Amino acid sequence: MYIRSIATLAALLLVSAAPYAQAAEKPTDPQIAHIAYTAGVIDIEAAKQAIKDSKNKEVVDFAKDMERDHEAVNKQALDLLKKLKVKPEDNATSQALTKAAKEERAKLAKLKGADFDKAYIENEVAYHKQVNGALETLLIPSASNAELKSLLETGLKIFQGHQQHAEHVAGMLK
Amino acid sequence: MVALALAFSASPALAATIEVTIDKLVFSPANIEAKVGDTIEWTNNDVIAHTATVKGGWEVAIPPKSKGRIIVKTAGAVDYFCRFHPNMKGRLEVSP
Ligand SMILES: [Cu+2]
Repeated sequence: MYIRSIATLAALLLVSAAPYAQAAEKPTDPQIAHIAYTAGVIDIEAAKQAIKDSKNKEVVDFAKDMERDHEAVNKQALDLLKKLKVKPEDNATSQALTKAAKEERAKLAKLKGADFDKAYIENEVAYHKQVNGALETLLIPSASNAELKSLLETGLKIFQGHQQHAEHVAGMLK
Repeated sequence: MVALALAFSASPALAATIEVTIDKLVFSPANIEAKVGDTIEWTNNDVIAHTATVKGGWEVAIPPKSKGRIIVKTAGAVDYFCRFHPNMKGRLEVSP
């Protein structure tokens, strides 16, 4: 429900893929890299907001885990892109993700206490689910560079873990 | 003499260190066996932090590109997982 504005990432990807439909069906490696990196930045921003605004230890600890992991993965991504001499390319999907995340943060900013905690964690579950779906069905299959593909696959495992972790915290808040 | 020899042979063998490697969110080997007094040592090759956590029991922090260890104190079998990434699972069987 909190992610209604995001719609599904897969849908966004389809929308964004439309302009390239003639040229190529799939996002290119520079676009994939940008989308993956952007998805990480969004979760880091959300984590920072939770660390600042939540009073719940479990929620703050979870947010710190998210910040730490996503920063580590994004750093690894940047290192790889530098090595591969790939320049991330901004694209409609990244922009739509960023816009939706901004709206989500504004929504969360209006909430306090248990309402905030619940909304943040539920969004974390939903967001990781969407990112994982996009990685599985579109980004990983579309990646042409083997090292980029491998990094995305590791990312998927990490984010699947985050999803389970978020589900666990969500269960505790009930 | 016999009693002494028995006592000697019954004394615990040198404690061993059992090594587990973590690579891309996988404990390997996933299943390990140890004896009370042995050390389990996890080597984390990932860039992110993990834990080896037993629900309602012990927890070992395993920082990125680093190691975490524990000396097993009680016999029995336990399942463990990473608290940050519960999709990482392992099992430890400890004999007396
Ligand atoms: Cu982990």
